[in-house]
Amino acid sequence: MAFARASLKNLPSFRRGVHPPDAKAATCGRPIEPMPFVSEYVLPLGQSIGAPSAPLVDPGDTVSRGQRIAAPGGFVSVALHAPVKGVVTAIEPRPRAGGQIVPSIVLRADPFSNQMPQLSEPLDLGSMDRDSVVSAVQNAGIVGLGGAAFPSHVKLAIPEEKRVRTVIVNGCECEPYLTCDHRIMVEHPKEVIRGTEILLKISGAEQAFIGVESNKPDAIEALTSVAPDNVRVVPTAVKYPQGGERMLIAAILGPEVGAGGLPLDVEVLVNNVGTAFALTNLFDKGQPLIDRVFTVTGPAIAEPKNLLVPIGTKISDIVEHCGGLLPSAKQVVLGGPMMGLSLSRLDVPLVKGASGLLCLDSVAPSSSEAFACIRCARCVSACPMGLNPSRLTRIAEAGKAEDLPDAHIGSCFECASCSFVCPSGIPLVQWIRIGKTLVAERREEE
Amino acid sequence: MATVATAVAIMSGLGVLFAAVLAGAQKFFRVEEDPRLEALVDLLPGSNCGACGAPGCAGFADHLIAGKAAPSECTVADGETLAAVADILGVEVGTINKRVARLKCAGDNRSVRTNAMYMGVNSCRAAKLVDGGGKSCPWGCLGLADCEEACTFGAIEMSDEGLPVVELDACTACGDCVRACPLDLFVIEPVSRRLFVQCSSPMAGDAARDQCAVACDACGRCAADAPDLIDMRDGLPVIHWERGVEAQRRATWRCPTGAIVWKEEGKKSNG
Repeated sequence: MAFARASLKNLPSFRRGVHPPDAKAATCGRPIEPMPFVSEYVLPLGQSIGAPSAPLVDPGDTVSRGQRIAAPGGFVSVALHAPVKGVVTAIEPRPRAGGQIVPSIVLRADPFSNQMPQLSEPLDLGSMDRDSVVSAVQNAGIVGLGGAAFPSHVKLAIPEEKRVRTVIVNGCECEPYLTCDHRIMVEHPKEVIRGTEILLKISGAEQAFIGVESNKPDAIEALTSVAPDNVRVVPTAVKYPQGGERMLIAAILGPEVGAGGLPLDVEVLVNNVGTAFALTNLFDKGQPLIDRVFTVTGPAIAEPKNLLVPIGTKISDIVEHCGGLLPSAKQVVLGGPMMGLSLSRLDVPLVKGASGLLCLDSVAPSSSEAFACIRCARCVSACPMGLNPSRLTRIAEAGKAEDLPDAHIGSCFECASCSFVCPSGIPLVQWIRIGKTLVAERREEE
Repeated sequence: MATVATAVAIMSGLGVLFAAVLAGAQKFFRVEEDPRLEALVDLLPGSNCGACGAPGCAGFADHLIAGKAAPSECTVADGETLAAVADILGVEVGTINKRVARLKCAGDNRSVRTNAMYMGVNSCRAAKLVDGGGKSCPWGCLGLADCEEACTFGAIEMSDEGLPVVELDACTACGDCVRACPLDLFVIEPVSRRLFVQCSSPMAGDAARDQCAVACDACGRCAADAPDLIDMRDGLPVIHWERGVEAQRRATWRCPTGAIVWKEEGKKSNG
């Protein structure tokens, strides 16, 4: 069935969406290189959605690579691990991407260490019950590596009354420029498949799909050649935001997840390929999440690269390793061009959820150059959630926080398709984000 | 002819009937309104700013008549108006306790480092979402004038170096700026409180001074010089006015960055 739907002319996809240029040529053919170790690592205690982690070390302590240095601070929270062998120099406020200055563990790497990770025993999935699997994943610090950094164990803690029929592994990587998931699929297809099997075993699902946009034929081929019978690789249409959880479910299985609902409501579990890779490392090698694949690209970086970077490496060190910024650099974005976050400083550390660094030599036109809305409804035709971004923007501009929830502002996942298509150059998604802060403030007041 | 006469008779009859109903309604459903209410509403400024805590000026007039508020609680009306209000009610004006909005930040563009230029929707609320707005201090004023726009009384004007300046005479302490600021930097304080901390950064020592030349670096000298009044908490001095200790200028003398200041009477609240 999936194969029939995937005939080349009519690839499965979702309704609406946009077609930005994919701009992946600079890095999609470059193998993942390990990033050399640097002298200082900074680990903000809050790296994922949920509560910050609680440090287990004190300044002056010696730690080894892979050692747990912070415990989960609640159920929706994960552990942190030392990315290098070295010494804890401080636990102090440090800047992080997003503009905050937050409590962080600062490590000085041991320059004489070979930095072999200290691994625990591989885990035997067959002999573990679900609770111990959930706690193992939580204590390995694994979060969704596609960008949102949602703690993975929370997804795996499936409530008694719910069941999962299908596992979907997300290899769409629909954000332009980014190629980290692409390279993982090409270079580690066996590990991705193994991660998928682990997800099948944990969730008790019968079948799994790996969705990959059809602009990555080498990844599709690599995965297909090693996939077992119950794991099907599905090429999807190249359309943004195909990698959104709901969009991928709609493309592969058909049903739409209702507003405010979860994939679990349609008996599906979705995980990123990077997360599947991390699960394989945990269960087969006993390795917690201490590094991740990271794409450095864009017209304003000297040497674009795909790197395997220890979590906590400063962005400035990564930029330096890639030959530095070109003089033409105007803007540096953590993540992709659609959903990424502009950086105002480079001395911030790499956190678990960051998938790439985009160095641009031009700046998108600012809102001072935006024209009035001409009611063309292109944003409505683009919104994958079926919202009316123009209306949300108008309400947010007028500051009417009380009307925003009824316009379903909570369903917007800020994919920026609306801003991308707006012929007037209105920064719709920015206004929607402002609207969300208004709603949150109003809720606080009540 | 007879038809016309019937029509006139019916219409007149209806007219008389409805007039009787209305007259009855006027007698039985009449709402007694205090005659002073209209006079008070005419006198009050009509800005409906809400600084007094009542829903608009008419609501405040109700509170006045009910004896739940003193005329002086209106922070917008001048002394003459308040005297007239008190006269109508036959009460004392009450103590006029002038309050103003003050900004807990002095980090203008000369003092705080700008890491990157923010380009986008021209509002502090928007800039805060883009890596904190590009200034090195994430707690400080972003200078994009959300407060100036929110101020109904035109009491806030941005200085040339990007910090809001409050015109004391125009400020009515209505609190609109307090709500508009996404960084929660405004507080409403009585002008009689002269001592004020113009910083919101919890950072200490060099880390604080690296960010901003006028940041509080949590050295604690002010607390040492006014131990009965000032405590250090979360990297900032907290002035305990409720203790009733008289504030003295000397608490500001040893401040290395000028983060704690002595507000002179009649001067602008910031700048």
